[in-house]
Amino acid sequence: MKYQAVIGLEVHVQLLTNTKIFCGCSTKFGATPNSQTCPVCLGMPGALPVLNKKVVEYAIRAGLATNCGIAPKSVFARKNYFYPDLPKGYQISQYELPICLSGHLDIEVDGDVKRIGITRIHMEEDAGKLVHADVPGAGDASCVDLNRACTPLLEIVSEPDIRSADEAVAYLKKLHQIVVYLGICDGNMEEGSFRCDANVSVMPVGSDTFGTRTETKNVNSFRFVKQAIEYEIERQIDLIEEGGKVIQETRLFDPNTGVTRSMRGKEEAHDYRYFPDPDLVPLVISNDWVEDVRLSLPELPEAKFRRYQDELGLTAYDAEVLTADRLLARYFESCVALAPQQVKTVANWVMGEVARKLNDEGKGIADCPVTPQLLNALLKLMEAGTISGKIAKTVFDEMWSTGKEPAAIVEEKGLVQVSDTGEIERIIDEVMAANQGQVNEFRSGKEKVFGFFVGQVMRASKGKANPALVNEILLKKLRG
Amino acid sequence: MELHELTIHELHQKLKKREVSSVEATKAVLARIEQVEPHVNAFITVTTDEALKSAEEADKRIAAGEIDTLTGIPVALKDIFLTRGIRTTCGSRILENFVAPYDATSWARLKEHGAVLVGKLNQDEFAMGSSCESSAFGVTRNPWNLECTPGGSSGGSAAAIAARQATATLGTDTGGSIRQPASHCGCVGLKPTYGRVSRYGVIAYASSLDQVGPVTRDVTDCAVLLGAVAGYDPLDSTSVNLPVPDYTKSLVSDVKGVKVGLPKEYYIAGLDPDVKAVMESAIATYSKLGAEFVEISLPHTDYAVATYYLVATAEASSNLARYDGVRFGHRSSAAKSLIEMFAKSRAEGFGPEVKRRIMLGTYALSSGYYDAYYLKAQKVRTLIMQDFLTAFENVDVILTPVAPTPAFRIGEKVNDPLQMYLSDIFTIPVNLAGTCGISVPAGFSTGGLPIGLQLIGRPFGEETILRAAYAFEQATEWHRQKAKI
Repeated sequence: MKYQAVIGLEVHVQLLTNTKIFCGCSTKFGATPNSQTCPVCLGMPGALPVLNKKVVEYAIRAGLATNCGIAPKSVFARKNYFYPDLPKGYQISQYELPICLSGHLDIEVDGDVKRIGITRIHMEEDAGKLVHADVPGAGDASCVDLNRACTPLLEIVSEPDIRSADEAVAYLKKLHQIVVYLGICDGNMEEGSFRCDANVSVMPVGSDTFGTRTETKNVNSFRFVKQAIEYEIERQIDLIEEGGKVIQETRLFDPNTGVTRSMRGKEEAHDYRYFPDPDLVPLVISNDWVEDVRLSLPELPEAKFRRYQDELGLTAYDAEVLTADRLLARYFESCVALAPQQVKTVANWVMGEVARKLNDEGKGIADCPVTPQLLNALLKLMEAGTISGKIAKTVFDEMWSTGKEPAAIVEEKGLVQVSDTGEIERIIDEVMAANQGQVNEFRSGKEKVFGFFVGQVMRASKGKANPALVNEILLKKLRG
Repeated sequence: MELHELTIHELHQKLKKREVSSVEATKAVLARIEQVEPHVNAFITVTTDEALKSAEEADKRIAAGEIDTLTGIPVALKDIFLTRGIRTTCGSRILENFVAPYDATSWARLKEHGAVLVGKLNQDEFAMGSSCESSAFGVTRNPWNLECTPGGSSGGSAAAIAARQATATLGTDTGGSIRQPASHCGCVGLKPTYGRVSRYGVIAYASSLDQVGPVTRDVTDCAVLLGAVAGYDPLDSTSVNLPVPDYTKSLVSDVKGVKVGLPKEYYIAGLDPDVKAVMESAIATYSKLGAEFVEISLPHTDYAVATYYLVATAEASSNLARYDGVRFGHRSSAAKSLIEMFAKSRAEGFGPEVKRRIMLGTYALSSGYYDAYYLKAQKVRTLIMQDFLTAFENVDVILTPVAPTPAFRIGEKVNDPLQMYLSDIFTIPVNLAGTCGISVPAGFSTGGLPIGLQLIGRPFGEETILRAAYAFEQATEWHRQKAKI
């Protein structure tokens, strides 16, 4: 029998606010354990939560960017369970009335565009962290670090519209790109700023009844998501084929082995006893606020992608590469603003030399030492014929390591292009005299050796000869 | 009159005129505590050293001319208020050694005024009870009759006032926990409108019902103390951002033309004859003062106690989850695993009434029961709220008994929780409706126990009930009676 997978994803997005969701403590990563805590996030008796407005604004941004409706009234609820990293014995989340509802994202897999529904987005607080080893003086005891407790999260829940691991990854990448573009998440998956739980089930192709699903927790990279889902689909199909039944359970993905294993079954599932948090009043969001946030939204990747093609005349491929990262796009746009007539050249340089160097050095565009102004100055030198494209790359590398103005580098290293036809003719004559055999070959019809002569002439001029002039004069002389 | 017997406003006059110092007044109160505490047990912790230190500071302020009504006044707080650096137990074994790391907003406000804290008062464990008998620190005795309970849960707050062990006290009221003990001990006790006073730093029992309020010797003190603690607090999202009036301006002895509602559901056949007699005499007094009476109906009264025991316990079951032995409070030394640490710490730390309510509340919120219990209770709560709002379309205040009986004997109801729960039958609806109510001394039982009357006001109608209470007080002598201890 043929099977069809049905997948829904729950994504936790850690928000980039300076302070926690219900108190004024810092959210900075990596501080001394428990140094960023107060009575509220420690769950001290009598302490009460106060909602951070920025968190709401970020949730509205996420909702608008994923085509959700923003609920005029939403309610925080308590999710009750005991765990040492959960100070109050409950997590403040949203349950029946979340802030965002009914959105969607369009993804593209193998050229097909598909719409994935977003059921809801809600705000909640993170728990702390247990440290089980390497704590000086703690012996074999476990320690609790509550710096992360009360850090703001969004949970973004998709509809079960996803049908393959590739679609799941495409959806996640798109969502990741959006939250980073919005400036509401740093997107760091290793530190857990963007993490995913996958609900997976299988059913016979053509069926309209979903199979029993499993939930695989906390998968922390795109690659792992693909592996975990593929593993889970295969496991479930095998199970059914062998006459078994998939049981509803929570599973954990092990990145070392690439398999998922059972964490707890339905019977062991918690009864979280959700109820509206009486310490927080219902959150009322005015239409004006939503509209203000809408106006403040940056241009999203999809719109940018279209604009780069329609207005800048770039190919779909170029547009995609340049919009993949918001900062890269911003860099590109700054360059284009300086050289509006040279869009294609700018695009080639940004995707070519700039991307290559960043990649070589493992840097992000934010750390690029060649500013748009410097890059523009370099392109101007090329345009004016002062240097050739080849020399420009040398100058670029020099700019990268020294941060100097390109004109200064050209001057210093004597890299000005030779456009003096007399000088070029002299070099050509020398090269031809030294390679009489090849001259004869050319003249007898083997015109392929032309390239050889260009190379020799460029080498003799130390790359400074104007390539267009070299071509022109060389051809004339060879043909006699 | 001795210093410990003075009201806030009387002592304030003496402090202002420099007839006495705060240190003298504080010492008098501390001496009184030492004298009667073996009989009353109103305190869990007496803060002698801190009190004398703050009294000295208050005297400096007074010497510098910086005096307001509360400067230098010896006060005591129910042990549910967090007081920085001072043990705060909430009447529970689980917090026996818990030293508060910060101040409750109410206490911080009193401190700013220069009030002097003489100690932390006994209460039912986590404010769950109507008699102070569920405290882990022994029962508090009613100064009017040491065989009787002072009521609860703010029993210590009321007993300390009745025995003159503090000039004024603060309590909290979730279902009657200020008004019922005030009635049983012959004090004035006011439960403000929900949101009027910050709950920050007050150990939560039932968050949507808990309110802080004063327990005092008379209505004037009540107005002073309420004015000092009321007002918006950015640390409590449920506190309401409305200006705080000068409540002492409401102390006008005039109720001519005031429409007083008498809910027929509160004047029932089973009412204790002493309570009935007191209410009849109170109605007669108000009549003489020119108030008009209107019979009203609060049709959902019958459901109030059941509704309360679903809403309050549900919230409590969640509020008390933080006492898990991880970060503070009692941790069992017998635990061998994580789950055992949670279970044993809680089993050893909580008393039977707290456990009963946690279980009730856990049940009410459980999947499959939520709709039938918690959600239904919330709907009934809305109806009860509507009852009051409808009634207040026609009346200015509602006059009712505070409790169906005078103070009961220690041990009388401990084995009958339902009987105990019913002692709050007339106070619970006010909490469910979120509005305000005050208990004022109104007479005595044949056995010599005080009995109060309750005036219920509109939401944020504290001024109206204070005025009606003041008029009654001026026309009667009940508040001047003194427990013989």
